[in-house]
Amino acid sequence: MIASLFDLTLCLLILAVAGAAVFGRAAFMAVVFFIVYGILIAIAWLRLGAIDVALAEAAIGAGLTGVLLLAALSRIMRNIDAPEPAPVLEGKTIATGLASLVVTALVAHAFLTLPEPRGLQSRVTANLADAGAENPVTAVLLNFRGWDTLLESIVLLAALLGVWTLARDDAWSGRAGLRHVTRPGGVLAQFGRILPPIGLLVGIYLVWAGSKQPGGAFQGGTVLAAVWIVTIMAGLMQAPRVADRALRAALVIGPVIFLALAVAGVFAGAFLVFPPAHAGWLILAVEAVLTLSIAATLAMLIFGPPEGEEKR
Amino acid sequence: MSDLFTIVMTAAGLIFFAAGTLGLIRFPDTHSRLHALTKADNLGLGLIALGLTVQMPGLADLFKLVLIWALAILAAGATAQLVARVAAPADLGEEPRSPTDATGDGETRRR
Amino acid sequence: MSSWYLLLATGMLLTIGGALWRVWRGPDQADRMMAAQLVGSGGVATILLLAAATQEWAMLDVALVLALLAALAAIAFVKSVRGSGRGDPEDDAQPDAAQADEAP
Repeated sequence: MIASLFDLTLCLLILAVAGAAVFGRAAFMAVVFFIVYGILIAIAWLRLGAIDVALAEAAIGAGLTGVLLLAALSRIMRNIDAPEPAPVLEGKTIATGLASLVVTALVAHAFLTLPEPRGLQSRVTANLADAGAENPVTAVLLNFRGWDTLLESIVLLAALLGVWTLARDDAWSGRAGLRHVTRPGGVLAQFGRILPPIGLLVGIYLVWAGSKQPGGAFQGGTVLAAVWIVTIMAGLMQAPRVADRALRAALVIGPVIFLALAVAGVFAGAFLVFPPAHAGWLILAVEAVLTLSIAATLAMLIFGPPEGEEKR
Repeated sequence: MSDLFTIVMTAAGLIFFAAGTLGLIRFPDTHSRLHALTKADNLGLGLIALGLTVQMPGLADLFKLVLIWALAILAAGATAQLVARVAAPADLGEEPRSPTDATGDGETRRR
Repeated sequence: MSSWYLLLATGMLLTIGGALWRVWRGPDQADRMMAAQLVGSGGVATILLLAAATQEWAMLDVALVLALLAALAAIAFVKSVRGSGRGDPEDDAQPDAAQADEAP
């Protein structure tokens, strides 16, 4: 009973925050509400028993996305005059709203009349011993549905290339993003010295633990990206040059090795098959390189395209 | 016995958290709200963590709990200092700086 | 005991809900960011209580990640206020208009 009370309060809060983020007119307020929303959704995932997803949501929704939106907002507001908000009660807005309501009602009806799904839980558990991981989520992500993870890692890379195309020609191959300035020895600089070592350990721990308990490459990679961002924002390191070979190697090593192992799987049976005898260490190897790539890609996505500051 | 300890400590933790939020809502200006937030909330978190230490199933989990608390305190301390500086001009009678204040003349398109 | 933890966790949610009012109202951007900090540490406390309630101690990792990254958004905020996202938040000299946007 108390559990339902908790769930109800959580749902109401989530709806209120989502509404405020979407309908609020003030951009900064909307961004802060979005960060709050990420934290609440992470709690909701926990209530649904999806701890791996909650880990990812806490790292991305509450951490990285907040940084991304704040950086974007500060640049936009500085450069353009925000336009006057459009009036809400126009004819076409109302018509669109009604059409959306109708579609929602149809989808809800279709969803609610579906038969109870039996899910794949029993199939996964039956084959878990051959999968090479004790955590069923990791087994699904890296073995049973390895296709999806392989394509996702390539998609992340493509997103980064998309961001890099925003660089000006003369700025290309410079350092990513803006150069950060901090008082040396100040609070931010000291914080930037203490946090990253801990974060590094936590990130690696998450990847290592992912085979037996909630964790995994994506969660660990996100934590590593976040501590790298903190180090750079604290002015202790500069963002890498976009042309840096080590950076580019780190970005591609994950998808490349995953792809290579997938092709090698052809000799064991089919594309992207991990033979059960070796699945354990193969999965760990893939996770390790994927973590590196995910960390590098996410951090570079947040820094943005090279700004060419040295040449200004 | 340990259950009683947990109940008392976690209840105290919640009370401090509630006090922190009350301060955030009711105090008159930015800096006093920051004060309420940093002190009361982190004390609340500490008490809740303390209450849960006796319930931990193993040393590894206990270590994690202490690490969580230490990180939260570290982050709260650092951000309190930074946010306080950023909000400082308000106490000197000027508008605090904001990302939209491109010309530094105190006029903002802040929303 | 599990009901006790859930009861406290519900109380934490209400506390977090109270802070949201400050996000809505806070005349300053700093006020709004502070309230988000409260939600962050409140969230950590809620996750600790949930872990105790369900005895699923793997949830501690989620609390760990949240505590680790709590400062991230706040740091991004204070940097965005001085110097277009990369300024020195501890620079005591009031940055002037000309200085604020120059490359260092």
